[in-house]
Amino acid sequence: MPIRMPTTSLRTAGQAARGAMGARPARAAGALTFARGKATLPDLSYDYGALEPHISGKIMEIHHKGHHQTYVTSLNNTMEALAEAKQKGDAFQAASLAPALNFHGGGHVNHTLFWENLAPANKDGGGEPEGALKQAIERDFGGFDTLKTQINTALAGIQGSGWAWLAKDKTAGTLQVITRANQDPVTGNYAPLMGIDAWEHAYYLQYQNKKADYFKAIWNVINWKKVAERLDKA
Amino acid sequence: MAGPYTLPKLPYAYHALEPSISQEIMELHHSKHHQAYVTNLNKALAASTAALSEGKLHDSAAQLSAIRFNGGGHINHSLFWENLAPASSPDAQTQAAPQLLAAIEATWGGLETFQGHFGAALLGIQGSGWGWLVREASTGQLRIVTLANQEAVVAGGEIPILGVDMWEHAYYLLYKNDKASYVKNIWQVINWRMAEARFVGRREDAFRALKTQAAI
Repeated sequence: MPIRMPTTSLRTAGQAARGAMGARPARAAGALTFARGKATLPDLSYDYGALEPHISGKIMEIHHKGHHQTYVTSLNNTMEALAEAKQKGDAFQAASLAPALNFHGGGHVNHTLFWENLAPANKDGGGEPEGALKQAIERDFGGFDTLKTQINTALAGIQGSGWAWLAKDKTAGTLQVITRANQDPVTGNYAPLMGIDAWEHAYYLQYQNKKADYFKAIWNVINWKKVAERLDKA
Repeated sequence: MAGPYTLPKLPYAYHALEPSISQEIMELHHSKHHQAYVTNLNKALAASTAALSEGKLHDSAAQLSAIRFNGGGHINHSLFWENLAPASSPDAQTQAAPQLLAAIEATWGGLETFQGHFGAALLGIQGSGWGWLVREASTGQLRIVTLANQEAVVAGGEIPILGVDMWEHAYYLLYKNDKASYVKNIWQVINWRMAEARFVGRREDAFRALKTQAAI
């Protein structure tokens, strides 16, 4: 995963300003971006209302500007505390930050991947996978409909908040459907290809308790081109 | 499928907790979310029992996760409805809980300090879950505990005194991503009379809303 880490964790304001104005855009598409050595909220490549009627503009706006921003802010606070612990050589303090780092860091990573694997239904959203992705899905699931059924079953089975992912098992080379609780990121042997947010905040304003309708509707706005790109690089 | 567990009636109208909790939230939360836990608990129990009667322990054990999750959901929500009351009712005044208030002061130094700690615990939950004020079985001490998803305060013999639902469905239609305001405003509709009764009462009485018709 292309996480760009700042070269130094503590920069002065002057260095930061020059860094932010450099050749590399501070909010490059397709990457988790950092400016002034901090995580920043990525811009969406479509308008908040562009996924309607499948996901309402109101949901998208609060989800992006409210929820995702909070993960970014809290991740930066946690990273600062971690830098302090490192500076002091305080292993106890560093270890105590692990849950917050996993939760807020995972929240930032998961949402960044999620926004990118969505697209308006009249652009790249919906339809069916093509090319190598289509072949891999047919090889490992027997067909696209089976994959969708597996993901919808996985989403419905999450007990609490969490995510379902289409992922590549790196050692086996196969595609798999996996779930993660809360904001646990997809790491280790799995490369995330496509994620669906099953937190209630992802659908409640529009679908309320009828989450199965959200899980059905979201297929209309999945960006399979992006998923295929991720498979290429995985 | 009918029973054995059924959705308990609320002791107040869906709109009675406004403006702290909206009518729409209460109606969906009770008639849809809680009902789904009850329905799925009954299904899982029936499937588990049927598998056991056929000597299939493996199929019975496969239902345990659903029993724990949906059973916890039924327990938690049943306790939760009872520990809420309309803000204007005498039950929602802290004077209704003199012994509990004294114990809270003895433990945390004051009600506001306790509320600060309890609120911080609620806001610290990473994902869906619940926060509870409980009385420990062995020591009688008050404790703040948080539990993930629909885990219930049942394993250690504690008495649940009051709980706050931190699933997003409990507040989202009214508070959106401002869960801190939900945590602040819910104090207006806490049923202190019920909290006092649980604090001084027997553990079994705290769970009495869960009794099935067969057990009554």
